[in-house]
Amino acid sequence: MSAVKTKRDVLGTSSLRPDGNAKVKGDFAFTSDLHAENMLWGATLRSPHPHARIISIDTSAAIKIAGVECIITSDDVPGQLTYGLISSDQPVFAKDVVRYMGEPIAAVAADHPETCRRALAAITVEYELLPVLFNAEDAIGDAFQAIHPDGNVIRRQQIIHGDTSVEGDVIVEGHYVIGMQDQAFLGTESAMALPDPDGQGVEVFVATQWLHEDQKQMAACLNLPPEKIRLVLGGVGGAFGAREDISLQVHTALLALRTSRPVKMQYGREESFFGHVHRHPATVWMRHHATAEGKIVKIEARFVFDGGAYASTSSAVLINGVTHTQGPYKCPAAVVDGYSVRTNNPPCGAMRGFGVVQACFAHEGQMDKLAAAIGTDPVTIRLLNAMETGDTLITGQPVESVAPVARLIRETNEIPLPPALSLDANELDLPGGSGITAERKHIKRGIGWGVSIKNIMYSEGFDDYSTAKCTLSDGKVVLKFATSEVGQGFVTLAPQIARSVLGVTDAICDTIDTQIGSAGSTSASRQTWMSGGAVDGACRLVRERLFEHIGAQNNIDPIRFAIEDDEIVDTAGTFRISVIEASQGITISETFEHHHRATEDLDENGQGNCHVAFAFVAHRAVVDVDPELGLVKVVQIATAQDVGQVLNPLSVLGQIEGGIAQGLGLAVMEEIIVQEGRVRNPSFTDYLLPTALDAPVVVARMIEEYEPQAPLGAKGVGEPPCISVTPAIVAAIRDAIGKDIDRCPVRPQDICL
Amino acid sequence: MSVLIPHSILEASEILAQHPAATILNGGTDLMVEVNFNHRRPDSIVLLRNIAELRDWSTDAASGTITIGAGLPYAAIEKGEIARLVPALAQAARTVGSPQIRAAGTMGGNLGTCSPAGDTLPVLSALEAIVHLQSIEGARSVPFADFMVGPKRNSRQPNEVITAVTLPITEQRQGYSKVGVRNAMVISVASACFAIVNDTPRFAMGSVGPTILRAREAEAYLASAASNLNDITEEIAHEFGRIAASESRPIDDHRSTATYRKHAIGVLATRLALKGI
Amino acid sequence: MSSNEFYTLKVNGAEHQVSDAWIGESLLYVLRERLGLPGSKGACEQGECGSCTVYVDGAAVCSCLVMAASAVESEIATVEGLNTDGSLTDVQEAFVTEGAVQCGFCTPGLVMAVHHLLDENDSPSELEVKEALSGNICRCTGYGRIFAAVDKVVAVRKGAHQ
Repeated sequence: MSAVKTKRDVLGTSSLRPDGNAKVKGDFAFTSDLHAENMLWGATLRSPHPHARIISIDTSAAIKIAGVECIITSDDVPGQLTYGLISSDQPVFAKDVVRYMGEPIAAVAADHPETCRRALAAITVEYELLPVLFNAEDAIGDAFQAIHPDGNVIRRQQIIHGDTSVEGDVIVEGHYVIGMQDQAFLGTESAMALPDPDGQGVEVFVATQWLHEDQKQMAACLNLPPEKIRLVLGGVGGAFGAREDISLQVHTALLALRTSRPVKMQYGREESFFGHVHRHPATVWMRHHATAEGKIVKIEARFVFDGGAYASTSSAVLINGVTHTQGPYKCPAAVVDGYSVRTNNPPCGAMRGFGVVQACFAHEGQMDKLAAAIGTDPVTIRLLNAMETGDTLITGQPVESVAPVARLIRETNEIPLPPALSLDANELDLPGGSGITAERKHIKRGIGWGVSIKNIMYSEGFDDYSTAKCTLSDGKVVLKFATSEVGQGFVTLAPQIARSVLGVTDAICDTIDTQIGSAGSTSASRQTWMSGGAVDGACRLVRERLFEHIGAQNNIDPIRFAIEDDEIVDTAGTFRISVIEASQGITISETFEHHHRATEDLDENGQGNCHVAFAFVAHRAVVDVDPELGLVKVVQIATAQDVGQVLNPLSVLGQIEGGIAQGLGLAVMEEIIVQEGRVRNPSFTDYLLPTALDAPVVVARMIEEYEPQAPLGAKGVGEPPCISVTPAIVAAIRDAIGKDIDRCPVRPQDICL
Repeated sequence: MSVLIPHSILEASEILAQHPAATILNGGTDLMVEVNFNHRRPDSIVLLRNIAELRDWSTDAASGTITIGAGLPYAAIEKGEIARLVPALAQAARTVGSPQIRAAGTMGGNLGTCSPAGDTLPVLSALEAIVHLQSIEGARSVPFADFMVGPKRNSRQPNEVITAVTLPITEQRQGYSKVGVRNAMVISVASACFAIVNDTPRFAMGSVGPTILRAREAEAYLASAASNLNDITEEIAHEFGRIAASESRPIDDHRSTATYRKHAIGVLATRLALKGI
Repeated sequence: MSSNEFYTLKVNGAEHQVSDAWIGESLLYVLRERLGLPGSKGACEQGECGSCTVYVDGAAVCSCLVMAASAVESEIATVEGLNTDGSLTDVQEAFVTEGAVQCGFCTPGLVMAVHHLLDENDSPSELEVKEALSGNICRCTGYGRIFAAVDKVVAVRKGAHQ
């Protein structure tokens, strides 16, 4: 027998973040913390208008300012003038026309941020204002001339499924409005570019979600081979979807190449609001048909997603929206029409939940209306219709994933309600918080439900993969991958996988950069599955090689070996050797690319197996409302989430609680106010994020059912927490005040006026 | 370009006499936001933060007043002895920004900026505070109502330092409430102070007009309708709120709507009139 | 009276000379870009996130709203000065073990805010913790693990006293 085992942070344990110590001490290098000798600062000139023709750009005065080294405009872009995640429709710099307020027009490099600001102020741009397309409905049809060569409708998708002639005994209908939410990561956009001495390439430290996609788009715009653009992940201060698109990458690299000096760019908070895409505001109409008992027989729906000026991921967001019309419920027939459109509003793209947030807000509102119409309660109606594995979606796709919807609802329902608000409740604990606007007697309590289904990984035939390399030497493992660590904890998980597969204790992550194949994006709740699968695969290949090596040395068929704790054991004999000893003096390195199963495009009727897998979650919200002032305090969120196998309980809990806070924000306070294309609140004074005093008690149950399709049995857990919590909170507000509210965020006037 | 750092009020007034265009800096919580957001580019700064006498406070038994130095941070007002003496002011101070802002920000700053959303200003209005100013030409004292003359406009002369504020200490009810769309750290959508001073009701409203507004008609109604200000009926309180709301003059902006603000100020008036009875 | 062609800041007990600075530079900027102390983070530039929390003469304030040149007579303490021997403070340790760190951008500011809170109040109520931390925005965690970290420090410190 071997000696007493040291505790090893394998899969299933709450292994701690390897970057935790550095982060609490302030030693962790976020991209904005980076410095280089002889470094210049970059800054961007942006359009003050949502739609205008550019008559002229005069940089002659600005370039004369002492300390200004370089000014670039569209004329200086050496390669492709546009970029984009799905279609390349967004200019690196606006040339002839600006299509949204905040669109980049020029960039400057100078010796100090203040010099940059003065230079930007000295650039003269002459505009001819154009009519502003700000109403998404006006983008459909011919009401407004095309504001972009690609037209005003980015994509339309219909779904026609089942017997569409069916009519329900009970019909409920609703119009829902979802406001524009911002990801509001705390670490604003930042990059530092270091030009190669020969001027033929550049190294860029950047906070991004997808290094290789950035590299690809930058290469096209900079007219350089991709390998000449070496991207390194700088420390990332949160992402939530907002770092999937290019922001300052091309600008920073181009300024560095033009000046032959290191250039750092970093957006301030105001600029950050203009510098990245937001969650699509949407209007959703739904009409549910049900039997007299409340079983859904058909859903009709229409979605309009406002994509803003450029496409970004609008077409994929639309598909997520329309294909999640039914929610986590059985539905035999559907007629759905969906648009994502182009306007002169800020561009919208990826944000945690990606199109499903909008669908869920509508379908959950509908479920409550249905419950009311047939005289039952929110739990019963949802249990009655709960989806199961094997059900067919309105796209015709069978649900092969574990789908414990009824269990999620029941387990959430079993979580005890919070105690009633006491008669001597502290005023600070009431709606209105530190403003002390209410007394206990003014407050009403409500309870609401939200349940959701979310596709995980990419859809519609995209060959999605992730790459990882595992190197074992002297009992130590080094893992290499390009997976963006944005705070979610993949750098914690990857070594856990190596410890479990290889029996090592010492496992670390190498620099995250483009010196290995793509990992895909840290989005769509996909990295645990995809990059986890890649790391797992690479570690297994290394294990095979190690077994072969030990087998040859000891004349044992390697097939008989297994890893048992930190040892290799002969399962048919007595031989055993520690992994540390077994790997002394050798180096084994293997790379693995994990692909998920293929998906299909949708046909014109929206039919096809377009998604890979699904995850589910239930939320019950308890809120206190001041009905007269329209103020809300979310008291408790109870949740049961379908997580597959739990690989790190502490990390999963962190995702659940964090996602809930973001969903709470969308429910009651977070909205970018855009009036006729103009953003009115681009600051943290006026774009409100939940504070510690807004945080509810979260009681979470992780529902563990091994997902057979997933490499580690685990589902992605990032997005589901923020999806159905929003409708649950809004439903609780409705319950408290007995009034219909069909928009989020809920504003005080929606409650009390 | 320089930062001038006087250590006495006298020294500060001498500096301001020489540099009337200088920008006054105390806690920095207003000025630095404007600098950081590129809205202001001050040439020279006079820092008041290191003047110890601006952080003094004292009571005067004879006049029944408290005088609070303009440089005392909100954190020192929101609790302790000052909070006991002027609870409405303490409550207003507690709603200013975040703990970090309250550790730096001062009433002098609230007065210097004179935003209609300035959190302590409704209290100064309702309690009819006296604002003390000092210049090289001498000291003067101005009632708050004459001090704030418009949105972000006041009657401070460029060479004057705001030194202190004097408020009455009353044994009668006073309260402050502020509506914001978040439970902490939020700019006011509507704020209000109700106070009874010398058996007379007073009600001041913030963020619902170009300056802090006194609801004179509502005050007069309440004084006549309620024989005992500690025994106000719900009905009278609602009418008081209705009249106060009618006296507000809010606007629509990105933080809220005029309609909501008018409604909210009426609710605050009703609740504050009844609170503590 | 002093003017500021160059000025000296006292940070974590050491004096640093700052020269050729623009007057509008915030203490946050000077700490990060001139003094090599990037532990304090900037996320809003207007005192609405708390990521840049430092102590100025013992008060926890937002360094983005302190004009650096105005802090010449003050004692400034940053996250880098919490523990100079490289080990973690009890608050830092609890943030790591309780899962209060995700992206970590808000973390240094929160660590400063929690130390300040517990220095003033060794057994804060749940609401006192929430109010004291209401100026520090965290976008990742939803605050649950941060509260757990504070609770843990309070419990451990109490245990140590018994």
